[in-house]
Amino acid sequence: MVPDLNPVVLLFASIFTSNILLANFLGMCSFISISKDMKSSNGLGLAVTVVLTLTAMLNWVLLQYVLIPLDLLYLRYIIFIIVIAATVQILEMVIDRVSPALYMSLGIFLPLITVNCAILGVALFMQIRNYSFLQTVIFAFGSGLGWWLAIVALAAIQKKLVKAPVPAGLKGPGITLITIGFMAMAFIGFSGMLSVQ
Amino acid sequence: MDEDSPVQILKNNIWYSNPIFIQILGICSTLAVTNNLTNTVIMTLGLLFVAAFTNLTVSLLKNLIPRKVRMILQTLIIAFYVIIVDILLRAYLPEISKALGPYVGLIITNCIIMGRAEAFAQSHGPLISAWDGITSGLGYMWVLMLIAFVRELMGFGTVFGITVLPAGFTPWTIMVMAPSAFFLLGTFIWVAKTIILRQEGGK
Repeated sequence: MVPDLNPVVLLFASIFTSNILLANFLGMCSFISISKDMKSSNGLGLAVTVVLTLTAMLNWVLLQYVLIPLDLLYLRYIIFIIVIAATVQILEMVIDRVSPALYMSLGIFLPLITVNCAILGVALFMQIRNYSFLQTVIFAFGSGLGWWLAIVALAAIQKKLVKAPVPAGLKGPGITLITIGFMAMAFIGFSGMLSVQ
Repeated sequence: MDEDSPVQILKNNIWYSNPIFIQILGICSTLAVTNNLTNTVIMTLGLLFVAAFTNLTVSLLKNLIPRKVRMILQTLIIAFYVIIVDILLRAYLPEISKALGPYVGLIITNCIIMGRAEAFAQSHGPLISAWDGITSGLGYMWVLMLIAFVRELMGFGTVFGITVLPAGFTPWTIMVMAPSAFFLLGTFIWVAKTIILRQEGGK
């Protein structure tokens, strides 16, 4: 029962209206702590997009050709998390060998990604919603882009907030969350036009 | 007072270093279910269970686990308990399990559990670690329940599914949607931090 979804709609919905961070609350932990700096936000966003797309593909193949035929669906959490941890580890080693320059900008963010809820969340969403391979790739890539967009936008807003007169108790995470709330309203505002379930 | 006494741990986890508004940990997987009180209770109870048993297990095994692989082993221990919660939910509360969807599985990547296992269970005895897990879960629970209470009351006019507001009440649609959770949590952190700042100022 693969859902009937136009790939273009799915891409836009996963970037904007069903943004993995703003509508589904996934990937908040690293989001709040990293988003203070533009450059690291960009690096982390790129790393999340790459890892998300790769692991979603791997997890889809494992799910369809190993877990479902062998009736081992209850092991999916463990399998997914191992795939994610292994992918991150291998990616880290490959990048280190191939391009030390890229490693310098991306390498430090990779370990953070294993515990990023967005990665596991996308794997679980694609299993629950019965996506086809193509849909999974599009959904994962779009979610990664959406996350990237959100964290860079938040970093830019935070920069402006430095000079704003924020009450002492609201400083730090409080004002960040309220800013995220406004961003979420802007992103979700389009949900009448397209949405994915 | 002794930092490691059970009462002090309870106080710390519930208020002074509350996982949500002081440490800002683990809000990812649970904020999504706060538009409904029943789901929130089940979800946070699941988290409490996983946190307590993970801390207990990590503490019992801490001398056997080599330092280099401890992260992945901790993750596997957490995943093991999450699977138990997931199977129990599907067997006894199939409707709630369906409504929670992927969020039960996402307890695995909830930073609170890993954080407490790493920061507390690695260096303390099994029983006190389990207690730390339980109190962390409680500290987490009361904050999220407060948010869920406001969201359900304003969004649907109900508490635990029972209508409490008069029929003429117009539900606030925003409360059902994602942004309200951010606003409420932000406001909550503001209030809590102001109280804490005042307490510290008074000392």
